[in-house]
Amino acid sequence: MKAKKENSNKIKTGKKHDTTEKDKWILRLYIAGQTPKAITAFTNLKKICEEKLEGKFSIEIIDLLINPQLGAEDQILALPTLVRKLPVPVRKIIGDLSNTERVLVGLDLLPGS
Amino acid sequence: MKKAEHKTFNKDLLKSPTGIQGFDEITAGGLPTGRPTLVCGGAGCGKTLFGMEFLVRGATQFDEPGVFMSFEETNEELIKNVASLGFDLVGLIRNKKIAVDHVQIERSEIEETGEYDLEGLFIRLGYAIDTIGAKRVVLDTIESLFAGLPNQLILRAELRRLFHWLKDKGVTAIITGERGDETLTRQGLEEYVSDCVIMLDHRVTEQTSTRRLRVVKYRGSMHGTNEYPFLIDENGFSVLPITSLGLKHIVSNKRISSGITALDNMLEGKGYYRGSTVLISGTAGVGKTSIAAHFTEAACKRGERVLFFCFEESPNQLMRNMLSIGINLEPWVRKGLLQFQATRPTFYGLEMHLAVTHKIVNIFKPDIVILDPINTFIVGDKESEVKTMIMRIVDFLKANQITALFTSLTSNDSPIESSDVGISSLIDTWILLRDIELSGERNRGIYVLKSRGMANSNQIREFILTNHGVELREVYIGASGVLTGSARIAQEALENAEVLTRKHDIEQKKRELERKRNALDTKIASLHADFELEESEAVKIIETEMEMIKRLEQDKMEMAVSRKAAVKNGKNNKLKK
Repeated sequence: MKAKKENSNKIKTGKKHDTTEKDKWILRLYIAGQTPKAITAFTNLKKICEEKLEGKFSIEIIDLLINPQLGAEDQILALPTLVRKLPVPVRKIIGDLSNTERVLVGLDLLPGS
Repeated sequence: MKKAEHKTFNKDLLKSPTGIQGFDEITAGGLPTGRPTLVCGGAGCGKTLFGMEFLVRGATQFDEPGVFMSFEETNEELIKNVASLGFDLVGLIRNKKIAVDHVQIERSEIEETGEYDLEGLFIRLGYAIDTIGAKRVVLDTIESLFAGLPNQLILRAELRRLFHWLKDKGVTAIITGERGDETLTRQGLEEYVSDCVIMLDHRVTEQTSTRRLRVVKYRGSMHGTNEYPFLIDENGFSVLPITSLGLKHIVSNKRISSGITALDNMLEGKGYYRGSTVLISGTAGVGKTSIAAHFTEAACKRGERVLFFCFEESPNQLMRNMLSIGINLEPWVRKGLLQFQATRPTFYGLEMHLAVTHKIVNIFKPDIVILDPINTFIVGDKESEVKTMIMRIVDFLKANQITALFTSLTSNDSPIESSDVGISSLIDTWILLRDIELSGERNRGIYVLKSRGMANSNQIREFILTNHGVELREVYIGASGVLTGSARIAQEALENAEVLTRKHDIEQKKRELERKRNALDTKIASLHADFELEESEAVKIIETEMEMIKRLEQDKMEMAVSRKAAVKNGKNNKLKK
């Protein structure tokens, strides 16, 4: 339940590192309230990011229950949805991110790719 | 939050009028309030437009804001598309009457990992609804989700939830869906939306396409079950509830002139009934359109509005041709009393013609409608269908108290009374023009075949097109049939000659008589003269005699004096002497 407080904050940054803009990953996780799926998704995301993108990522959590108007911007339908804003192209991963391999595929983080 | 009206068990189902012309009549009020309605049909049949018009009319006419959630077109595309129909979507969006949300799902952008739901869609929709206080929602076309989201199980469960959620929200919703092969919609949405299903269709028969609408089901309400043709034009949708009319027209006793005095005279001297249906039938070139033009001109002169459908000639050609018989229709067109509507019958299907007729009549609101000619519709269509269509037009016009004049072309070989699209039973006044071929000429005859509710003339009159319009002449009916044209003129000359001869005879007789009288008079005069002669002679003799007697008397007296005899004996003395 660590994520709970951070949900209402708009931005949660990973370990702050002065990385170049090019390398920076901006990820948005859309959720609607503290549902089990949302928490699972956040936990999974955090784990993956810390493993694979150490120091060069930021995660923004958007709770549509609080800011419903933000849903349209990234064409959010399914929840939870993870949007990779940077690097381009924009990618979307829906679901609770429990399938790590698919998440890595979705984020283009598979070794060799 | 809106009241969930559908939950109240009213005797009558609450309905939200769509404002779409004709549709509310078919459904007796519109779509079920607070419930979702499925509108399905093939590509390009007008689903999106139906939904959009439902929202726009709702927002502008019924003060019910609406949310349009588009899964196919972007907001900009939508705005452009409906602008062509005269809907100012931008203004409505600015005034918070309508909210448009484009939901885009790009399959290639989406990776599925683990469990999810469509709460995002719910939130967006809910947000849009709450922002403008929407009472109407359109989801167009939600089936696109099936292409974007791989997990059908989740999707179906979520859709079911969505429709329940819409009901709970109390919004009147339209969900559009593409038609599937066997089912109403490709993804079987009818499973979820079961209150009201409307099917749109775009069918091509004989190279002409007709849009049709059918209410497949409407839970808890009566509705028209037929397929109704509908029309999408610059004013949006219009549906035609054509067969819902009963025979309950208001009937007028007023009469209006046909524009031809002699023809009026054949109809009790008053012309047609207002609101009646007049058929002018005849073979090619007998002057059907001319009679129609006369009627048109007369009506315009009375200040009535005339709608003239021409299916064979262009308006300009028709006006030029009518000038040759001295009818100038152009000023009336400029004054706005006369409107021509020229289309080829093959331009669209029958229903479409009907729809167009309805629409134009409703806009122009004419007193008189002329269809010239009606039977060109038969091309490529069955007669029975044409009859149905004409019947619908007749009913429609009658219901609106509009006098209708149809012309109909009959072919020379078919019996003249039977070939008129079988619509004779619908016609109130039927005027027949026919060719009379006689002694190397082709002349026109006109007669009133029937005219309901009046004592019409049974005469066949000869019908002549002059440069000042149509004229009717008496025809001669002789041993060899009806005499027209030069035969009639010859007959007229013959009769004139006969009259002349008679006159001569009479003159002669008169003179003879005069002569005889004169002779008699002369005779009488001479007799008189003779008599006078005799008389005067006789008088003379008598006078002489009288003189004689006097003299004798005198002599006697003188003698007596001389003899101094008594007068008494005088006589004897005289004798003795």
